[in-house]
Amino acid sequence: MTSSTAAISVRGLRKSYAGREVVAGIDLEVFTGEIFAILGPNGAGKTTTVEILEGYRERDSGDVLVLEEDPAHPRSGERAWRNRIGIVLQSVNDAGDLTVSETVHHFSHYYTAAKDPDAVIGLVGLTDKASAKVATLSGGQRRRLDVALGIIGSPEILFLDEPTTGFDPEARRAFWELIRTLRDEGTTILLTTHYLDEAEALADRVAVINKGRVIEIATPELLGGRAEASATISWSENGAPQSAQSKNPTEFVLQLSARLGGEIADLRVSRPSLEDIYLRMIGEA
Amino acid sequence: MSIIRLGILRGNLEIKQFIRQRESVVFTLAFPVILLFIFGSVFKNTIAPGVTFSQYFVAGMVASGLVNTGFQQLAISIPMSRDVGTLKRLRGTPMSPISYFIGKAIVVTAAMIFQVALLLGFGALLFGLHLPTSASLWLRFTWLILLGSACSTVLGIAFSSVPKSGRGASAVVSPIVIILQFLSGVFFVFSDLPKWMQDIAAVFPLKWLTQGMRSVFLPDSFAMKEAAHSWEIGKTLAILIIWLVVGTILSIRTFTWSDE
Repeated sequence: MTSSTAAISVRGLRKSYAGREVVAGIDLEVFTGEIFAILGPNGAGKTTTVEILEGYRERDSGDVLVLEEDPAHPRSGERAWRNRIGIVLQSVNDAGDLTVSETVHHFSHYYTAAKDPDAVIGLVGLTDKASAKVATLSGGQRRRLDVALGIIGSPEILFLDEPTTGFDPEARRAFWELIRTLRDEGTTILLTTHYLDEAEALADRVAVINKGRVIEIATPELLGGRAEASATISWSENGAPQSAQSKNPTEFVLQLSARLGGEIADLRVSRPSLEDIYLRMIGEA
Repeated sequence: MSIIRLGILRGNLEIKQFIRQRESVVFTLAFPVILLFIFGSVFKNTIAPGVTFSQYFVAGMVASGLVNTGFQQLAISIPMSRDVGTLKRLRGTPMSPISYFIGKAIVVTAAMIFQVALLLGFGALLFGLHLPTSASLWLRFTWLILLGSACSTVLGIAFSSVPKSGRGASAVVSPIVIILQFLSGVFFVFSDLPKWMQDIAAVFPLKWLTQGMRSVFLPDSFAMKEAAHSWEIGKTLAILIIWLVVGTILSIRTFTWSDE
């Protein structure tokens, strides 16, 4: 599904504000057709990095290519380059005097390869709200409209900044399904999030960023040595809770069972969650 | 789609948005009419043979309408759109800022035409305003409205970079407009103002627009009462064009989509 060409490549990216280095030498590559998540605490430099890739901010130094163009000065011209990317921003809260349908139809005129606006409204699940004023939408519905406007131009790369903030669980799952559909259609997706379950559910690869640096880039399963990490085994013995760490939990449980004569009370074997790994990586656990 | 066609599409969209914001419709369109009603009812005096103050005032209100609907409205609403992220989103699309400017010019001109129709209707109906009878005066009126709207639009866009936030914009912009109205002979007879005030006003477009509007709505004999004893039509045209060029350059140079 993923090919090895880079849709985005970043080398030695740096950016300071008022002498404070927010991005302190980031390297990463996003392959064509993958969902790539950037995880990190608030203030880690995620948004700054992504806004440099989106052409909103100028970098201090480093090399950045998005669709083989420098976002700060695309050789083919800014309009031509923007025609190939889609951006879903974190917070757009306009007065919303237009209807959903009017807004999506209008934005479709900006792009040379726009999708059918009504189909896009259906894709984000707003068909029932097509003739509603944007001002009357709930937070989650507004977000879905933002996504509709991000994908209306059939972008080769879609940038999503904290896309599911404020969603209820059901809306989040529907949203994830939509993002997977886009990936399956060949769209490269760069997502920033601070929801670990979101990164785990969606991303082909994850970069963990903290204090302006990349700590690790891996698949969610392998992040932070998660696959090789010790499992925690907990059980009760004579009514008292016990626990132990083991690299070979199956072996451990078999021996425990033999020692206790069969059934083990309150047995639980757990691998570290992505959250445990992540908190350890950013130094907060 | 070309930059100009997109600009026209944006204009249609902006008009739709403008009409749906009831407050903006009431304030930009009805406010000048209300002012005319108040001033026309209070000042019933004649300022020259055959010229009542309300006639003089209508000319001023049409000209200040150009400043209100264009400059004031844009210099306040653009920082607000910037605050809520509307402009940042547009910046992320292939739509050119020029299309955005064209859209603004279209909505300003459309609102202006509507406002002028209201003002002239009320003025003629209630305060004996004499509408121009010659084609050449209507032609002059038309270019004053179009050039005035364009000038006011680009200066509003240029000035939209000055307020730090949408919330503070009105506090920065409104006093400038009100002072300019006083200096430019909207509320007082311009030739009655002290010389230094007249000199300051002469730098800005509003003085020339009000004088131009007087040349349309007041009898030709009133030209002698003007500070320069003439309508100065050629000079008015030249000064408005200079402001249009300066405003266009400034708005392209200084326009920012976001406050970061």
